[in-house]
Parts: sequence; C-alpha cells; structure tokens
Amino acid sequence: MSQITTNGDLTTSDGRPLKAALAAAQFRAKRRAFFLVAPLLLFIIVSFILPIGQMLHRSVFHDGFAANAPDVKAWFAVNPDGTAPDEAAYAALAQDFKAMKADKTAGIAGTRVNYTLPETRSLITATARVADDLAPPYKDAFLALNPKWGDAAVWQAMRSASSAYTADFYLISTDRERAADGTIQKVPENTRIYIYLFVKTFLLSAVITVICFFLAFPVAHLLATLPTARANLMMILVLLPFWTSLLVRTTSWIVLLQGQGVVNDVLIALGIVGDDGRLKMMYNQAGTIIVMTHVLLPFMILPLYSVMKTIPPSYARAARSLGATSWTTFRRIYLPQTLPGIGAGALLVFILAVGYYITPALVGGADGQLISNFIDFHMDKSNWSLAAALSAMLLGGVLVLYWLYDRLVGIDNLKLG
Amino acid sequence: MVAVSSTDAFVVFDHVQKSYDGTSLVVKDLNLAIGKGEFLTMLGPSGSGKTTCLMMLAGFETATNGEITLDGRPINQVPPHKRGIGMVFQNYALFPHMTVGENLSFPLEVRGMGKSDREAKVKRALDMVQMYAFINRRPSQLSGGQQQRIALARALVFDPKLVLMDEPLGALDKQLREHMQFEIKHLHESLGITVVYVTHDQGEALTMSDRVAVFNDGRIQQLAPPSDLYERPDNSFVAGFIGENNKLHGTLEDVSGGRATVRLTTGELIDATAVNVSTKGQSTLVSIRPERVEYKPELLPAGAHTIDAEVLEFIYMGDMFRTRLRVAGSDDFVIKSRNTLGQRMLAPGEKIKIGWAPQDARALDPQ
Ligand SMILES: Nc1ncnc2c1ncn2[C@@H]1O[C@H](COP(=O)(O)OP(=O)(O)OP(=O)(O)O)[C@@H](O)[C@H]1O
Ligand SMILES: [Mg+2]
Repeated sequence: MSQITTNGDLTTSDGRPLKAALAAAQFRAKRRAFFLVAPLLLFIIVSFILPIGQMLHRSVFHDGFAANAPDVKAWFAVNPDGTAPDEAAYAALAQDFKAMKADKTAGIAGTRVNYTLPETRSLITATARVADDLAPPYKDAFLALNPKWGDAAVWQAMRSASSAYTADFYLISTDRERAADGTIQKVPENTRIYIYLFVKTFLLSAVITVICFFLAFPVAHLLATLPTARANLMMILVLLPFWTSLLVRTTSWIVLLQGQGVVNDVLIALGIVGDDGRLKMMYNQAGTIIVMTHVLLPFMILPLYSVMKTIPPSYARAARSLGATSWTTFRRIYLPQTLPGIGAGALLVFILAVGYYITPALVGGADGQLISNFIDFHMDKSNWSLAAALSAMLLGGVLVLYWLYDRLVGIDNLKLG
Repeated sequence: MVAVSSTDAFVVFDHVQKSYDGTSLVVKDLNLAIGKGEFLTMLGPSGSGKTTCLMMLAGFETATNGEITLDGRPINQVPPHKRGIGMVFQNYALFPHMTVGENLSFPLEVRGMGKSDREAKVKRALDMVQMYAFINRRPSQLSGGQQQRIALARALVFDPKLVLMDEPLGALDKQLREHMQFEIKHLHESLGITVVYVTHDQGEALTMSDRVAVFNDGRIQQLAPPSDLYERPDNSFVAGFIGENNKLHGTLEDVSGGRATVRLTTGELIDATAVNVSTKGQSTLVSIRPERVEYKPELLPAGAHTIDAEVLEFIYMGDMFRTRLRVAGSDDFVIKSRNTLGQRMLAPGEKIKIGWAPQDARALDPQ
C-alpha cells in the first residue's frame, strides 16, 4: 500500500519514498538490460565506432611533413603568415632535409606537401637526395638547386603542411585548392572530378532506388497476398540471389549483356538490331544500373513485403464497399499504408547503392565508376587521408539524407521487418 | 416481418452456390428473400458459410452458380464499388492513416460530393452515434467500442439502402455488446434501412432480428422470426443450436393429428408434437426446453404421460434454479424453474415425476 506523507510525496508501505523505490527497481532492470547488450555494444564500439572515428581523424590529420620537418615548423611558428623566408628559414629547411635523407622520410613529407600544392613531391624528394651537399649560405644553395625554392606558393604549401591537422583533404574532395596568397579557389576546370563524382553517385543511386521500387512493389504485393505455400516458394526465388556469390552473379550479367553477349545475339537473331548496332549495356553506366538494381532488389522487396503482410485485405474491401474504384483504393488506402516499407526500402537501397563498390568496379567501365571506386583507388595508393575525407563526405551526405527523411517522413515511420 | 415473396423482396438469393476449390460446396443451395427494411440475421456455427454469403452480396466473392438480385437488379456482374452497400467489418477496417472525419468523408469524396455537403453529412453521421467530439482522432486513439461506432457511422454516412454487418460486435465485452446491439437496432428502426447481420451469438440474433436464418453446412436450416425459432424449431440441428434443450431418443409408437406418442429407448412412453417425423416405428429425437418441464404434481398436464426422474444436482442461480436429473438412463436432463415465492428447492437424490404439455416437446429427425 502506498501512503501520502505530509509533503504530498507517495511512499511505499515500508515508508520509502515511492520515487526512490521505483528508481531502485528500475536500476536493477536497467543493469540487467545493459549486461544483455554489453557484448553487442563492445562489438559495435570496436568494429564500427572506433574505425569511423579513426577515419574521421585521418581525414583531417596527416603528419608526414610536420613530423619530419621540425626545424622549418619551428621557424613557421615564430614567423607569422606572409613573412618572406630568410636565411634562417632556408637553414632550418636544409637541416630538415638532411634528417629526411638519413631517415628516408622525404617521400612521405613530399606526399603531404604535394596534397596542398601539386608537383612539389618531386621537388622535395629531389632536394632531399642531395641534402648532404647543401652548404651555407643556404638560400643561394636552394635557389641554385631549383629556383622553385624561392616561390612563395611552395613556402605557403609547406607552412600549411607543417600543421598535422588540416582541412586540405576536404578542399581536394570538393575540387578546391589554396592559392599562393592562402585564399581558397576552385581547381582548373579540367581537373575537377570529385564534385561530379559525388553528384553522379547520388544520381545513379537515386535512379537505381526508383527502378528497384517499381520492380519490387508488385512483387512484394504478390508475395503478401499469395497463399502461404506459393508465397514461400516465391520468397525463395527472391532470396536466391543472396545464396549466390556476388561475383558469380555479376559475371553472369557480363555474359548476358556484353557486346558479344546473349542478349545482343538474341536481338540480332530476331532482326531487331543489326550486327553493327549491338547495344552497349556493359562497362558503362547502363551496366552499373542494371546489375546494381538486380543486386539491391531484395533489399527493397523485403521491407515492402513485411509491411504489406500486415495490411489486412479488409481495408481494401472496406474502401471498395464505400464506393472507391480499385485505383482510388490503391492510391488513397493501400499506398499510404505501405509508406513505412517504401521509406525503409528506399533508404536501405539508396544507402547501399551510394557506398557500392564491387559492381561498378567490375561492370562500370570508365563512366560507370562511383565515388567508392575512387576511395578504393586512393586507399590502394595509400592516400589514406584523402580516402578518409572522401568517405567522410559520403557519410555526411548520407546523414543529411537521413535527416531529410526524418523531417519529411519521420524515422519512427520506418519499418524493416 | 413475416415471409417475403421473392417478387417484392429487396435482396434475393436464387439457387446460389459457392465453391472455393472446385471440389466442395461451401454454400450449397441458398434461396433467401430479404424484405425492404428488414433486419435479417445469419446465424450459424463457424465455417457454415455466413461470411461467404455476405461477401457474395457485397461483391468480393462471385457466386459459382445462381443469381443474386438487389432491388430487382441482378448484381453478379456489378463491381463492389457500384453496389452501394454499406458494410461493417468484424475488425472495423477503419483506415489507420486517416482521422475519424477523413474516414467518414472518404465514401462521400469518392462520390464526388462537395466539401460543405460532406461536412454536413459527416457531422450528421457522427452525431447519430454520439461521436462528433472524436472527429479529429485517429482510429488507434479510440477504444474498441468507439471504433465500432465509427465503423457503423462510416457504413451509414453515404445513405446506403442495404447495410451488411459481419460479426460487428464480436470483439467487444458483454456489456458493451448489449449496449451496441440496442444502438444498432435503434438506428435500423429510425433509418429504415435493410440490414443483413452475421453473428454466431444466438442471443444477439434473437434480440435484434426480424428474422433469423440458421445456417449449417452451407444450407439454411430454418428461416423464421426469433420466437418461432426458439419455440418451434424445424429440425434437431436448430433445436440443438438455439438455446438449451433436452434430448430424448426413442421410436414413434403412434402418430395422429400431429400428436405423437414416443417410446423411449428405456421403455417409457412420452407425448410430443410430430414435426418432421410421420411414420410409426420411425426413430426420433424429442426436444424439450428446460423451462417447459414441470415437476410439481399439481401442475403436471392432465392426461399426458409422466416419467420418473432422480435429482442429481441442484444449482442456485439467483433468479433461476437449475436442476440436473437422471431421466430415461441419461444424466444430462436439465430443468429450469423461476425463483418465485414458495418454489421448492429440489434435493439431490430425491425421486420425482416430470411431465410437459405435448406441444412443448417436439419429435424431430434423429439426425
Ligand atoms: N477464401 C477462401 N478460400 C477457400 N476457402 C474458404 C475461403 N473463405 C472461406 N472458405 C471456407 O468456406 C467455409 C465457409 O467459410 P465462411 O467464412 O463463410 O464461414 P462463416 O460461417 O463466416 O464462419 P465464421 O463464423 O467462423 O466466420 C469454410 O469452410 C472456410 O474454410
Ligand atoms: Mg465469418
């Protein structure tokens, strides 16, 4: 029994305040819940949160130059931005180059500066190679070695690289660079690639999502309305692709769609296209779209199906009996109720498509490559920071979409199963 | 309302048959004429084909054979949305993504009605079920009984001439169900609509209907007003299905002018009315309602046979006494007596004689 004390708080029968008793009871339940999820939590932290954190860190951190050129770094620290390099600066640089040569770290240092100012890597590695020959006066020695050493832009780039933390990788990822005077400008038109790639990736993913939706909707509806035995059989057919290796599936598409492939041969045999008019459906954007649609289709079908399964046929019947045609019934009654499934499926397919890598790599040819293929390319080249910055931007884009979705549809309207 | 001839009937099922799988008939040979303004209930055990009949009438299932006419017009080829039939579903089927007002507005919108007319009609329909205050709620924010009322209002809002209800009160508790029975009945009377109502609750069927069609095994076993159904069942299925009744097995000893004398399997003779048995020596099942059995010596019907009984159990039920007897070798013969002043409580083990008026015992097919 609970009682009310003089100050109006409820207490339990043994006189403890009700709130405290409730908190104590809930604490035990919460602690148990925590222990139950602890393994998963640990797994997610180790395998997901830490790597993402590390990636984000790398996208703004590169100490290739900062760690290997301590003397120049010290000179930059005491001389403000815009100071012309004096003899002391060149002396510090010579000191650092000697150390780099001894440690064989000129390459990594050069790479870092190169990010900020292209074509400086070779300047730095070449200079380091002859560092032992440098003698005072250093300024003249450097200029004799290569007149570029007098270029303010080079010094600006080194100043920027002497800080381990930098936004340069994000500048590169958005096709921008620092001018000699430190202002940010767009790179020359013919070298702009990343913005275009991001736009292309998001557009292609949107196209794939839309195609998946139109293909999946009728199938999911059929699945949800067929008698169980036949629905199960169909479900197996839908899931069949999951049991086949992605590579096998992609290869089969190549066999079907390539220039000398089955589809083209059939079209020619039927006289629909001539031998010189073979359709190009492989190694281009079309190939990427076709194969990725196939690969991602189940991710649209399953959430749609699980939502449709819960919509009793009596709603449609009620609408019909109230005088609605079958089209009105579909549009006003059925479709709105499948929205959570559409949202979940579209989000799932879109996010998977945005990050998809292997299919475009295999069938995309030159113009079917997506941003993830470039991320992979930079990882191959050990340009970790640039790959990380591109990934972070991709992640940011997806999060923005997610936020938009939440604003427009509501995340609690999402139904995955 | 008594029998309706198929010429002035509103809804007619004419030799309707239905099979889902092509191997068995779910509705075997349905002939039914429903009058305008009638409240007709389809009552029957689970799986007897009631919903199927309703679905054929609403247009969601097609009759395999036979013809259904609505207001003189054959409707086999008319799609559901053109039939203009209001329908209340067992699970209400209120559209979850629409408010109460939008739910009611929907049938008017699809009929192309203007906004102000719609609002007036929605208000009128909601007032009818005293739910106008809930117009902006979603169905999920309503209790079962409230949803029921909205479903009712939605089925009525577009002024259909015919309303079908498939176990509309099945999900409600007893008290609410009785209240809603009263409200539906009241609406039926004040609006003058024709209602076809499906239930497997016989109490509901008896209290609400003008006529009840008792279904079993895809056939109508009896179509009659509630009092006939209870007091004069046509066959042993109806007698057993409607209300409580005592069954005694025997053979016809003598039949004359509808009056039968039956020799029970244990040898006793009893009196009954011959219903669907006629030849001497035929085996029969005699059905007697518990409240029509008399045991006080001074009230036993004069000239009729009486039979020995032993009291096995006496149950006090407040307004009634319920006594279980052993009669003619069977242990489940029950009598009910009202708890009136001076009514005697029988004690277990007591030996009594029981009897009844011959018209209260009906000699039926043995089934
Ligand atoms: N869509 C269907 N396909 C195949 N058989 C069906 C279908 N609907 C109903 N049946 C069968 O038809 C018979 C009659 O079903 P119906 O739903 O008409 O019964 P009912 O009288 O409404 O029963 P209940 O009181 O349980 O609702 C049942 O045996 C049922 O299994
Ligand atoms: Mg039913």
